[in-house]
Amino acid sequence: MATENIIAEKNGQKPKVLDAVVIRFVGDSGDGMQLTGTQFSDTSAMFGNDVATFPNYPSEIRAPQGSLYGVSGFQVHIGSVEISTPGDDVDLLVAMNPAGLKTNLFAVKPGHTIIVDTDSFTRKNLEKAKYETNPLEDHSLENYRVIEVSMTSLTKEALKDVEGLDNKSITRSKNMFALGMVYWMYDRSIQHTVDFFNKKFKTKQHIVEANTKVLHAGYFFAETLELIPNAYSIAPAKMTPGTYRIIMGNTATAWGFLAAAEKSGFELFLGSYPITPATDILHELVKHKHFGVKAFQAEDEIAGISSAIGASFAGDLAITTTSGPGLALKGEALGLAMMIELPLVIVNVQRGGPSTGLPTKTEQSDLLQAMYGRNGESPVIVIAASTPANCFDYAFEASKLAIEHMSPVILLTDGYIANGSAPWKIKTVDEMPDITNNIIQEYNEDWHPYERNEDSLARNWAIPGTKGLEHRVGGLEKDRVSGNVSYVPENHEYMTKIRDEKIKRVQNYIPDVTNEFADEGDLLVVGWGGTYGSLHSAVKEMYNDGYTNVGFVHFNYINPLPKNTKDILSNYKKIVVCELNNGQFAKVLKINFNDFDFLQFNKIQGLPFGNSELIEKFKQLLK
Amino acid sequence: MEATVEKYTFKDFTSDQEVRWCPGCDDYVILRSMQKALPEMGVKKEDVVFISGIGCSSRFPYYMDTYGMHGIHGRAPAIASGVKLANPDLSVWVITGDGDAMAIGGNHFIHLLRRNINLNIILFNNEIYGLTKGQFSPTSLVGQKTKSSPYGNTQPPFSPGELAIGSQARFFARIGGNTPKEMTQMFIDAEKFKGTSLIEILQNCVIFNDGCFTKYTDRKVREDMQLFVEHGKPMVFGKEKNKGLVLNGLKLEVVTIGENNITQEDLLVHDAQEKDPTLHQMLVRLDYPLVTGIIRSFTDVTLEERENALTEEVKSKSRFSKTSDLFFSGETYEVE
Repeated sequence: MATENIIAEKNGQKPKVLDAVVIRFVGDSGDGMQLTGTQFSDTSAMFGNDVATFPNYPSEIRAPQGSLYGVSGFQVHIGSVEISTPGDDVDLLVAMNPAGLKTNLFAVKPGHTIIVDTDSFTRKNLEKAKYETNPLEDHSLENYRVIEVSMTSLTKEALKDVEGLDNKSITRSKNMFALGMVYWMYDRSIQHTVDFFNKKFKTKQHIVEANTKVLHAGYFFAETLELIPNAYSIAPAKMTPGTYRIIMGNTATAWGFLAAAEKSGFELFLGSYPITPATDILHELVKHKHFGVKAFQAEDEIAGISSAIGASFAGDLAITTTSGPGLALKGEALGLAMMIELPLVIVNVQRGGPSTGLPTKTEQSDLLQAMYGRNGESPVIVIAASTPANCFDYAFEASKLAIEHMSPVILLTDGYIANGSAPWKIKTVDEMPDITNNIIQEYNEDWHPYERNEDSLARNWAIPGTKGLEHRVGGLEKDRVSGNVSYVPENHEYMTKIRDEKIKRVQNYIPDVTNEFADEGDLLVVGWGGTYGSLHSAVKEMYNDGYTNVGFVHFNYINPLPKNTKDILSNYKKIVVCELNNGQFAKVLKINFNDFDFLQFNKIQGLPFGNSELIEKFKQLLK
Repeated sequence: MEATVEKYTFKDFTSDQEVRWCPGCDDYVILRSMQKALPEMGVKKEDVVFISGIGCSSRFPYYMDTYGMHGIHGRAPAIASGVKLANPDLSVWVITGDGDAMAIGGNHFIHLLRRNINLNIILFNNEIYGLTKGQFSPTSLVGQKTKSSPYGNTQPPFSPGELAIGSQARFFARIGGNTPKEMTQMFIDAEKFKGTSLIEILQNCVIFNDGCFTKYTDRKVREDMQLFVEHGKPMVFGKEKNKGLVLNGLKLEVVTIGENNITQEDLLVHDAQEKDPTLHQMLVRLDYPLVTGIIRSFTDVTLEERENALTEEVKSKSRFSKTSDLFFSGETYEVE
């Protein structure tokens, strides 16, 4: 990895070439760290690097300035090689204040670089960050390469001739000074960011001028500063040719639904209630009225799903979006959707639980809730996205399965991939698979609402407005053909079993799961959902280091599991199921394949897996 | 459009399912009134959708030969909102009861009224939980003895009309469960009204709360105890048509024509279409006479109209007509 390469040497003019680098920008909530990080990752992506990003901000909207809990951060991982996570060890930390340094130093390994704004290391700010002595003076940072820059003063100096700026706007531009420095260090052009300001502040020329000036100032400062020994360059990554853009997981999810609506010909209806970290899907979809999207912000989670059920009954592609506690509230209505067998997609962007838990942190602990969190026998389809970009594919797939199988589908993502971003090779609707449906277009006398497709067992779908197909559905048990209320004992058992069988048969329509690295061997690493990047890069690193006895399989289809699951599990001596919970997928696998011994590696800290902890665990299991 | 609507009779709206309410229940009256009203509305049978929650009343959709959904407890307003927003051409009816609408579903009920989606709510108010066999409901009276209040209910009731108008209901009507002719016409008027229409039906539960409205609805006293208001007409009631309402300061007062120089000209004239709901609230709260009829019918912009106008505006300005226009917009880059 890059960490070995980055220890700097004073080696003259030519930029040093690196495979990958992890940069973290940290500062106060108001310091503009999200913008700084986004600009750096966008610029790098356009340069051709593979990138992965992860924002980390406090749940308080405006925490007190300079406080430890008010620190906002943005991590960028860029590389000339495949990048599948935002990275573990930070190569460069840019700390705009003492609180940022204090809360993020743990992520920087000794020998790596820290840039600080010395102007912010005042006695007051040090006190707020609970520093007893100034870390810049007490030798506690001796093992790091610390670059001290009085960014605030330099920013002020750069802007002394720009008219129409108040003191606050001047101070707020210092993030651009930092960005300018980092652009020079990693051999990036500042042009993309200049263009960005020109577009964003079209009518406020003095703001454009100020930011551009400070950006330049930082860039040239870094160039002339002897303290910076050399610049680094990261070559473009080898990626499949095509048109790309950087996309956030939640945006990709929203766009997947837009694509599914266009492909299937249905209008898209979203019923939703704001909840972290799922709300950005609502934010995205409300923008797209031009595609006829009907986005309804309801009075609560229950009304969110209930309105979607109504819209589905009326013939829309209906979805509802939420996070853990919201899924709990939606449970009863989800049971209704299952009972009346209508298409419905429920997105659960998982966060730390239980109860209110850790709303801004990631976790995979809603899997069993998705599988079983309803009264009665109520199976639904459960699938999971595994990267920010493939949220697009799985949102599309969830819609397709819902419509084709006349069933609710729960799509699980999580805070990590939902807020993370990565390059997405843009797909068009033409490239996506067809979506068929079970709609009955006109009356014929043999028609019955609960008659099923012989293969999929999906029931007929008759939409209000269609003459002669008037019928009633509801939560009471229904007769197997007419759908009328039925209390007949044998009918209830039959219907329970056929609803179960319908979901099982989805197996015939989903792809096999594929394993990577060793096809057979001593250890199989098993994951599902948003941990793909972490697990894949850990196993890849081991495999490349000579551990050719380790394989990896990652699941996107949870209920039902792919047909070939058992075949894959059978090829390894040990199986370790890695998840960000206390072992929920391991339980699902045990229920399905009880002749295997599933070892577990669980992390329940609201954080993604780290590369080194995974490798350590795998090596230990191989002993 | 109405020219293409077939001529229906009540039989066209009667499903093949056996009706299973208790003998003597007012629900039968409501069902038949609805089946008679629908042919008069000029809507196509296939465009009619009944959505219900849970409770005795909520079995209603099974008995109507239209599209219907028997939903879950309290959520019918939310389900129906989704139906109507998905397809504004449908005639959508929410069937609910006092427990369903005002206890477990209170939140959805008030928000539907606030939004003013063009659909109709029929609220079967019997001041009791029937299907769970006799517990007090949010409209049960203080002191009322029920299975869950053997020593008398201690929770003060909601008045559905007061709650509804406080939630910005634009259309509120009230009617006794034993007056099918007026009820039929009221259903037709509710369908014609553009916006959320709420009809509270004083529905007698013969098993658990028999006679709860008798003092207002009994044929012998009905005309003396009820004031059936009509828009533009003076507020007159009584068998002799000699009683009426006047406004005395901030209170409504019952007067007798011919006494104290009162003539018909002195009586209040009902204005259901007035935007200011103050007088409507006063009418709703009155104990004597009990005011029935269409108390409020104020035409306002509906949610669908606002949404449609916005959608058209956004569409006309947008450079996106297909998703690929969006996906390739903004900051993209080429990898070669």
